Amino acid sequence: MKNSMIVFKKQLIDTLKNKTVLIQFILFPAMTLIMENTVKMEGMPELFFTKLFSVMYMGMAPVTSMAAVISEEKEKNTLRVLMMANVKPVEYLLGVGVYVWLICMAGAGVMATGFKGSGIVFYMALMGAGFAVSVLAGACIGIYAKNQMVATSICMPVMMVLSFAPMLAMFNENIRSFSKIFYTQQIRNFLEDMSLCNAGKESVIILLLNAALAMILFFIAFRKKGLE
Amino acid sequence: MIQCLNVYKRFAGREVLSGVNIDIPNGQIFGLLGPSGAGKTTLIKILTGQLGFDSGRVTVLDKDVKALSGEDKKKIGIMMDQFGVYERFSCADNLKVFADIYGVPQSRIKEALEQVGLADAYHTRAVNLSKGMRARLCLARVFMHDPKILFLDEPTSGLDPQTTRQIHRIILDKKESGCTIFLTTHNMEEAASLCGRVALLNEGKIVESGAPEEICRKYNHQKKIMIHLSSGKDEELTHTPGAADEICRLMKEGKIETIHSSEPDLETVFLELTGRKLEEEEENEKQHDSF
Repeated sequence: MKNSMIVFKKQLIDTLKNKTVLIQFILFPAMTLIMENTVKMEGMPELFFTKLFSVMYMGMAPVTSMAAVISEEKEKNTLRVLMMANVKPVEYLLGVGVYVWLICMAGAGVMATGFKGSGIVFYMALMGAGFAVSVLAGACIGIYAKNQMVATSICMPVMMVLSFAPMLAMFNENIRSFSKIFYTQQIRNFLEDMSLCNAGKESVIILLLNAALAMILFFIAFRKKGLE
Repeated sequence: MIQCLNVYKRFAGREVLSGVNIDIPNGQIFGLLGPSGAGKTTLIKILTGQLGFDSGRVTVLDKDVKALSGEDKKKIGIMMDQFGVYERFSCADNLKVFADIYGVPQSRIKEALEQVGLADAYHTRAVNLSKGMRARLCLARVFMHDPKILFLDEPTSGLDPQTTRQIHRIILDKKESGCTIFLTTHNMEEAASLCGRVALLNEGKIVESGAPEEICRKYNHQKKIMIHLSSGKDEELTHTPGAADEICRLMKEGKIETIHSSEPDLETVFLELTGRKLEEEEENEKQHDSF
């Protein structure tokens, strides 16, 4: 636990100096604030940009930042130094994972300013669940990738599907039927209704299956490749 | 403190280490010498638990290397050639991460940086350090928690002579404070000047081991004395009573400018034992890599 905290602190300092990772955390919250406060159109659903960007944020920031952090440490051989200093792989992944999750939650907190009362709690709970799945997906890529270049090339299609499929599904029925197998689409549906009541069992099952799949892939990747 | 008994390691059907035996007592600097591909880094990885081995026995801190606990590992410092630093962090922040892990007081960071001559670079980001400064930062990170054993893999490889001297001084200081040091190098001069004992590794086998001066004496087959006279002439004498008289005469007449015995250096011994040169191999490989 102590080592996870040290990794967490290290990551916090590093992010403040790493503009490419930092921008991923603040881009969507900043865009949400700007768009919600500047674009007002007749007939536009309430908090349209918040809900749209939330799902994009969920499918993008945790996946890419988690994969980038792990793959960079592998490429620069700093991860091996940590391991040799007796930081266990689980402690490291926990430190980075919790850090990425918390930073994303802070971003979601900024995006939640348009909601009121229990809506904020519901929104944050949904985002927290989605971020957790994305963090696991990002960790899988980071563990699998040998270096940052490989991580980026794997991240790109994953991120595109998770982030953009729910948005494109608004305009195309075929994409909608494809994107419903992803947790980001289901969370988008929950955000539309701002309730789980209207969602059928299917949506909850898809969400849980996505979480289980991310976890299984994470353990397979970790068992197969470790952090070497 | 460190012991290897009949250690074998194979990679993809190729024997990388063949029956390696090493026994290093407490407080000694032990040098493992060999050209690239001899198996030095493999052995250091086995000794530090980064790599398994096929057969044999390895003990570090008098415990089986596979049974070392977290606390045991904190008594070991490892500096590998390819180990990186956090480039966006300052030197101090780089050390702070590891000070926290090892439970070392923050005041030790400044001391460690002063010891390696990086006190002025306290706030300098690692990305802005030269190769030599980066090597010294790695060294500070390794010994900041006062480990009982230091594993140094080619600690001065590719560094300028001044930085090399500074690193040698630090290594000798650590030895004075009772640290056991295992270093690999292909630099024979470095080995001769630092190490109490060396082992010459070639193609996974230790072909010779002992104190550097003992090895050199053992392979002194020629036993010649080289004299450079003030007249500019060179004389070569053998170890005979007649030669002693000759030297005595020349000295009395004040004709001797320099006088040397002709025992071989470690490089020559290695060449004799293996037919290979150390530095040459290294350079050839670097050239090959650059193509």
